[in-house]
Amino acid sequence: MGALQRGARRVFVAVEGVARKNQRMPVLSYREALNQAMREEMARDDRVFLLGEEVGQYNGAYKVSQGLLKEFGPWRVVDSPISELGFAGLGVGAAIAGLRPIIEFMTWNFALLAYDQVVNNAAKMRSMSGGQLTCPIVFRGPQGAAHQLASQHSQVFENTYAYIPGLKVAVPATPRDAKGLLKTAIRDDDPVVFMESEVLYGSKGEVEDGELLIPFGQAEVVRDGGDVTIVAWQKMRFVALKAAELLDREGIHAAVIDPRTLRPFDLATVLGSLARTHRCVVVEEGWPWMGSGAQIADMLQRHGFDDLDAPVLRVTGRDVPMPYAKPLEQEVLPTPERVVEACKKVLYRS
Amino acid sequence: MAEANTAARGAVASRAEPIADTKPALLDLYRRMLLLRRFEEAAGRVYTEGKIGGFCHLYIGQEAVGIGVHAALDPRRDYLINAYRDHGHALAWGTEPEKVMAELYGKANGVARGKGGSMHMFDARRHNLGGYGIVGGQIPLAAGVGFALRYRKKDGVVVCLFGEAAVNNGAFWESLNMGAIWKLPVIFVCENNRYGMGTSIERSSAVTDVWRRACAHDLRGELVDGMDVLAMRDAVARAAAEVRPEGGKPVLLEARTYRYRGHSMADPATYRTRDEVEQEKKRDPLNVLLNRARERKIDITQAELEKLEADVGKAIEAALRAAEEGPQPDVASIWQDIYASAEDPALHRDI
Repeated sequence: MGALQRGARRVFVAVEGVARKNQRMPVLSYREALNQAMREEMARDDRVFLLGEEVGQYNGAYKVSQGLLKEFGPWRVVDSPISELGFAGLGVGAAIAGLRPIIEFMTWNFALLAYDQVVNNAAKMRSMSGGQLTCPIVFRGPQGAAHQLASQHSQVFENTYAYIPGLKVAVPATPRDAKGLLKTAIRDDDPVVFMESEVLYGSKGEVEDGELLIPFGQAEVVRDGGDVTIVAWQKMRFVALKAAELLDREGIHAAVIDPRTLRPFDLATVLGSLARTHRCVVVEEGWPWMGSGAQIADMLQRHGFDDLDAPVLRVTGRDVPMPYAKPLEQEVLPTPERVVEACKKVLYRS
Repeated sequence: MAEANTAARGAVASRAEPIADTKPALLDLYRRMLLLRRFEEAAGRVYTEGKIGGFCHLYIGQEAVGIGVHAALDPRRDYLINAYRDHGHALAWGTEPEKVMAELYGKANGVARGKGGSMHMFDARRHNLGGYGIVGGQIPLAAGVGFALRYRKKDGVVVCLFGEAAVNNGAFWESLNMGAIWKLPVIFVCENNRYGMGTSIERSSAVTDVWRRACAHDLRGELVDGMDVLAMRDAVARAAAEVRPEGGKPVLLEARTYRYRGHSMADPATYRTRDEVEQEKKRDPLNVLLNRARERKIDITQAELEKLEADVGKAIEAALRAAEEGPQPDVASIWQDIYASAEDPALHRDI
């Protein structure tokens, strides 16, 4: 080949490389995505501030608020004492006085101390005042098991907040969802409970540049399939995807749907999949009795009754306080194998 | 009725000037306390007639605190937050008696459209950020309002009222600490009426001088005669001057007061003797003010007092009429004001 053609090929390759680079989305970690969301919203609206334990000088217990104190100063990134009830209530007070607080709980285990403020004040402010006061607040932090943190540090409480009229609950699994949902949460004029996961903070994913706002109540069909519908969120989304891979090898094709928010919940998308698969398994990390999946199963059996060819099954965390030892923790948490087994059951193929 | 309301508004408008102890000023304070007194007496009566449901916590005997607090502050830039014994505070901060009574009756013309009831008197326009039903639950909110004022570099203060039983609650401790470390413009006023429901302060509190607890947070605490509206007013004004400027730390005022009725309409108050109540009535805040006037050589005649009684009587009658005649709320309103939008999918109308 002549020098000219070799040169042309190099140019072509270079051009293609540039084109691919333009199409390639930035890859962020979940924590970076949250950081970006807060940074963007705080720059956009000076009523937005972040308050919680270690969020400022320590850059965040999980480094989610890295660099924010330096950029925005100590009135907008506030290190609080260990007073969950107090600073959650302070956040509500600031919200009714016209600010838009982001209150960080180091984990949702500790937020139990603040439950009164979230449920009795934040959630009810608009209604008990007859519409005179509003509470545009975001309570955020990680929930669920991490690595052998034992019983008091491993809990899922999403259902105890999704239970409350007046609140909204978001449960992002990916960096993109984390960013898009947090920005929506901050702009929402109602109180939002935003649940992250320690284990997911380091996970990476594509997050497009530019303004990214993901509405609440919009599920993602992560993978499609015609044999069984799996509903799963947060860490369980990845458990479900692994299970779907295993099922594929046996010729069973599962759809995996991540609701992304539990209140509001996108029932329509799940029903749409159910109309095709006729079978559903809900996978959740939390405890079974009165858990989130019970509500979802209730909705499906009532609204999708005629489409169901089997009962809705749930794969949940086992009904015990989380033990410390590694094999015990693994026994408690849902696994891909347990999800596969449940899918086969609803297909009457076990 | 219109005159009574105009006078109230006039008093609010003159907040910018220092309050002189002139005869009109003292008469105004008296009339306002009398309005609270007669209103609460009427509320107690109609409660027994079944017009008011749920809990009803009367403010009778504590009027000097409510009026004294308001008289010291500027409701155009200052804020109020209190607990569930809140009818008196709502009236003190200017909510029309009609709106408070209608709310007690659960009518749509109530200040919270019948959604709140006795324990949730909110009047945002008048900077009344509400009545709250959970003991101590409102105290961190006050810290938050103070935070917002500093954040926005406004020169307002927030006054937070609670009872002596609330100071044993974690919410109180955490709020004073945050107020102290962040130098928030909060005046914490404890209405110590000696009984948390049926439990006396002696039985519930290791330290019965509530004002002394301020030192645990390196704050100033002060004991005030809660039956003396002028003492209350002056103490709150002093506290406001301290708390208002940037760098000012919160102040804790303990107002020693007394409620002549039970904790609520449901409480027969067997935990205290009739003698004790009669003894306390000798220092009825209305009489204390008349004594103060006499001390200042201000002569208030019986005829003048009767005129005030008549004016207040008319205002109460108008309030009862507005409540009686007000419309029941439309049942569809249960779905309103839950979320910003009545169509939000987070609201499960048909589940």
